[in-house]
Amino acid sequence: MCFRKPSIISYAAVVGKAENEGPYGGEFDEVIEDNKGGADTWEQSEALFQRRAVGHVLRKAELTPDKIDLVIAGDLLNQCVGSSYGLKDYYMPFLGIYGACSTFAEGLLLSAALVNAGYLDTVIASTSSHFSTAERQFRFPLNYGGVRTPTAQWTATASGAALVGFSGKPPFIRAATIGKIEDMGITDLNNMGAAMAGAAYDTLTRHMKHRGTHPQDYDLIITGDLGQVGSDLLYDLFQRDGVSLKEHHKDCGLMIYDRASQDVHAGGSGCGCSASMMCGHFLKRVQSGELKRILYCATGALMSPTMVQQGGSIPGIAHCVEISSEQGG
Amino acid sequence: MNISNEEYGELAKKRSHGSKLYKTVPMAFLVGGLICTLGEVLLNVYGMIGLNKDDAGALASMTLVFLSILFTGLEWYDRIAQHAGAGTLVPITGFANAVASPALDFKSEGYVLGLGAKMFVIAGPVIVYGISASVVYGIIYYIVGLFMK
Repeated sequence: MCFRKPSIISYAAVVGKAENEGPYGGEFDEVIEDNKGGADTWEQSEALFQRRAVGHVLRKAELTPDKIDLVIAGDLLNQCVGSSYGLKDYYMPFLGIYGACSTFAEGLLLSAALVNAGYLDTVIASTSSHFSTAERQFRFPLNYGGVRTPTAQWTATASGAALVGFSGKPPFIRAATIGKIEDMGITDLNNMGAAMAGAAYDTLTRHMKHRGTHPQDYDLIITGDLGQVGSDLLYDLFQRDGVSLKEHHKDCGLMIYDRASQDVHAGGSGCGCSASMMCGHFLKRVQSGELKRILYCATGALMSPTMVQQGGSIPGIAHCVEISSEQGG
Repeated sequence: MNISNEEYGELAKKRSHGSKLYKTVPMAFLVGGLICTLGEVLLNVYGMIGLNKDDAGALASMTLVFLSILFTGLEWYDRIAQHAGAGTLVPITGFANAVASPALDFKSEGYVLGLGAKMFVIAGPVIVYGISASVVYGIIYYIVGLFMK
């Protein structure tokens, strides 16, 4: 789908200590140094991250919560409690979504569609993830001495939020493609990149076909959190079509941490990984015109520990949003 | 998708590198060996202060378990384990860590439904199948004993 009017009015990212020690440290709106921010539990802490990110978005847009028509939010936790508990005190109309790590792109494209259609004027897309809550829910206790495999990724402790509306100023959301569920038959809980690469390939291919574009037409094609394994596989899949993607591609999972010094194996992951990189790093550059046209393709592994234990595979999904410094015609 | 799952699986296998065994195996040997050496030292020290062999053995195990839980609580155990791998997982210390770490983690859900219920979430299967195996072994031992008389 293509949009004419919507733009991102304000955006903000809140990250934890390790994320701020990565190569893009200092670009985020707030750093919660102890990853807990005074909360009693990790789940409450994740909610706090999202509350703060939305708070910064409101502050930067100089709006109060009653001026927001809708907030679309989701996260990785059961019942999406990072979002609902984090945002409940704002008393804003709320829609919860689940798209695993593709949530931020899903929120952005829904916000843009609702705004473009004229139903709503101000919509916030918000998401979060937290290393400690994700480990507890999906893997092992935090202090368990099990070793992660080299293909495993590190869930980012971060939150990102963006307000979509009409401002006539960049960054503009120009188009989006909704992902299909792609099950590539991957069953390894510690290889999310491989589970998601197929979905990213499919969504990006469909988007560029629909728009009549090629990778070289974009300043950057940014994927969410494919990590090293998923990025390599994405290049392989495009290579089969005779398309070279590598020189136009960046992956937030490979950017957020310094993989040489931070023990994150195949890279970062989690809803907050690409949301914080977009809201902390990339959107600023589109706003200033340094980047003219980017494709943001957030990837999610729709992983359920229960289904995997029952012998199921891990389906992937990817949603793609085209963001530009120029308004659509 | 223009690629079959089988073909994609092959591609994924090629791109997913395994652990560097030349690094992980010697580290596991070294750290695991060190923990066992510490066990031997403790056994000898307890022997020297006058305990009999059985008591000294039990006390040596208890000391290792105590140290493992202490290190888990101090958040040191998992950091060492990231480098030591099976070296910290296989000895008795690994088992203690597997019980202590969920106990710490799930304390936030309360002492009964959290800590109590989740404490054996990792160690539970080991206990269940360990006891089952010992029962089977006991039966075999008994039957063999009847014929050996």
